[in-house]
Amino acid sequence: MSVVLAWIVLLPLCSFVLLGAMYLFSITQRRIAQRYFTFVALFSPAVVFVLGLAALRELILLGHALHYRAYVWLHVGDYRIDMGFLGDKLSLFMVFFITLVSGLIHLYATSYMNKDEGYGKFFAYFHLFTACMLLLVLADGPLMLFIGWEGVGLCSYLLIGFYYQNNANVVAGNKAFIVNRVGDLGFLIGLAMLFFYGQSHDFSYETLALHIGAVPSEILTGIAVALFVGAMGKSAQIPLYVWLPDAMAGPTPVSALIHAATMVTAGVYMVARFHFLYDLVPHVGIFIAYIGALSAFFAALIATKQSDIKKILAYSTMSQLGYMFVSVGLGAYDSALFHVFTHAFFKALLFMGAGAVIVALHHEQDIFKMGEMRRVMPVTYATMLIATLAISGIPPFAGFFSKDEILSVAFGSGHYELWLIGTVTAALSSYYMFRLFFVVFEGTHASHSRAHDVDWVMKAPLIVLAVGATFAGFLGLPELLGGKHLIGEWLAPWRREAFHLSHVVEEILIALNVVAALLGIAIAYRKFRFYDRRVAYKPEGIVYRKFYVDELYDVLFVQSIQRLSRFIAETMDKKLVDRVVMGMSRGFVAAGTRIAWVQNASVRLYAFIMIAGIGAASCYLLAVLR
Amino acid sequence: MIVSSLFSYVLVAMLLFSIGLLGVIARKNIFVIYMSIELMFNAINLLFVALAQYRHSYDGQIFAVLIIATAAAEAAVFLALIVVLFRRKQSLDADAFRALSQKEAA
Repeated sequence: MSVVLAWIVLLPLCSFVLLGAMYLFSITQRRIAQRYFTFVALFSPAVVFVLGLAALRELILLGHALHYRAYVWLHVGDYRIDMGFLGDKLSLFMVFFITLVSGLIHLYATSYMNKDEGYGKFFAYFHLFTACMLLLVLADGPLMLFIGWEGVGLCSYLLIGFYYQNNANVVAGNKAFIVNRVGDLGFLIGLAMLFFYGQSHDFSYETLALHIGAVPSEILTGIAVALFVGAMGKSAQIPLYVWLPDAMAGPTPVSALIHAATMVTAGVYMVARFHFLYDLVPHVGIFIAYIGALSAFFAALIATKQSDIKKILAYSTMSQLGYMFVSVGLGAYDSALFHVFTHAFFKALLFMGAGAVIVALHHEQDIFKMGEMRRVMPVTYATMLIATLAISGIPPFAGFFSKDEILSVAFGSGHYELWLIGTVTAALSSYYMFRLFFVVFEGTHASHSRAHDVDWVMKAPLIVLAVGATFAGFLGLPELLGGKHLIGEWLAPWRREAFHLSHVVEEILIALNVVAALLGIAIAYRKFRFYDRRVAYKPEGIVYRKFYVDELYDVLFVQSIQRLSRFIAETMDKKLVDRVVMGMSRGFVAAGTRIAWVQNASVRLYAFIMIAGIGAASCYLLAVLR
Repeated sequence: MIVSSLFSYVLVAMLLFSIGLLGVIARKNIFVIYMSIELMFNAINLLFVALAQYRHSYDGQIFAVLIIATAAAEAAVFLALIVVLFRRKQSLDADAFRALSQKEAA
């Protein structure tokens, strides 16, 4: 029965091939009606979701991890690498919410991308992405994970540059791809080290976990850091985060699915997957936690001044990913995954709500040109309110429980500065999220008469996700509030150590979190509740300019490399290589013309040369034979 | 004296050959070049006959007859060639035929 794992990956792959073939046929031969694309595009995610549930049921009934070996991929001597799928509690947990959220976003996208030129292409890429993401989480070894890892990166690149007619989008796609290459180099180095030092007969997590103890600790530290560099790139952490805000150039469903709900959490998943490794090097964990905390704070700070609705959400994604890394760094992988889970709901919802607003306003993304959208689109208004409350950490919405858990882990671990950064960031988060919310949906004197509400195909997924964003948190109700932490129990192996806090401390922490969130909301309310659209808002300053990090990277890396290549191209190549090559060829030509004088077709000269040659040969023979 | 007569034969053959060689190299007229080649032929022929006589063997003499026959055939081909060449350029100057030279091709 565990063959179902392979089908979870294969089905989206098949539909990708089918959609791609249909699209090619459609653009080269005869137009295929959009509804056929829609049918395939929606059928496959629905079936995959059901397959995921079936695998989950199988796992619960069996009581141990599902394992499916499709075939032997590499077999060298004793060494073998299987094309294998592992369906344990972690991966099927990921599969559950990936398929759920991606199914809803597919549905939403059928309306968002309606009548688009590249409708079929879009869904072909989407399905390829789904296949790669599911391969990433269902892989039973790092090598297969890497296939999925690169695959999702490729799809991200393709979809960011989806509207390739606009050069800025292409540049953004390139930026995402290149920054991710930097991270992936680290990841590859980590894998190579793991390969060399993990002496065994195969390369699956299982055997790696068994043999990891034999690896010297300095090497382990190196592997852990190198793998985390990969996670930095994929999950947009300092210093490799610069691609994520630019990645918003893609269509909004892409931002919702890839750059918010699923792909960017791959880094968190990867660290949790390698928990056997990270458990042995807690000092690397502390490093990860600090990177996460700094990213969270930094991103939240930048988000407070942005004016592009999708960029604000992008920075908030980076900020929430920072929380997750704080948690995995401190060994509480389950709390991080809980946050991944709730975040998938409310962040997908936020992006889809933002997409609805953008569609309603005919592709306007500047929040200061919106305003009073609650009148135009009440359903989106309500669901966005829920999502904003969830991300701000107001009980009882989903984000509250997971964020509170991460902050109490940070407090319980004794790293109070991490906790402090986290709490300040929480206040900032609720501030910038409600700033966005008030400016877009409230405000006064909006003058967009052309705005229209979106259709129900777009609204229905919003409502489903709003339900999720409201209730998903109850799956991880802390014991303090009289609940059972279902997710904590489910992912019990993914926790290094339990931090026990007294109930009083926990209550104080919860209260502080809520106070911080409310504080942020209050400030946003005072500043932006009655935001008047007629007053021109000109955001300026170093924060609005994102601390000039892009410019700094530009000078440090882009321009320096460009200068180096220009030096090589113009100085080295032209003046050194070309001169040598051209000099040689010119020399040959000159020598040739000189020698060609002999070939002047004068018969008499030929005769003379011939006779001189014979004479010389005769003299030589005479000298030799005597 | 046979030895001294052989020497004079060889001397004459060498003179004839040298004159022929000089003619091939120095003269421009194709006809003269052809005649010079024939001269060189006959120098060799003379050498063959003289040496055959000297060694009392008939091999060289047979060779000489063979060469005369070949030269007759060759004369027919050569004269035909000269006619064709003359028709082309209206000239018998060897330097006029430079189709294979670097400059002519360019």
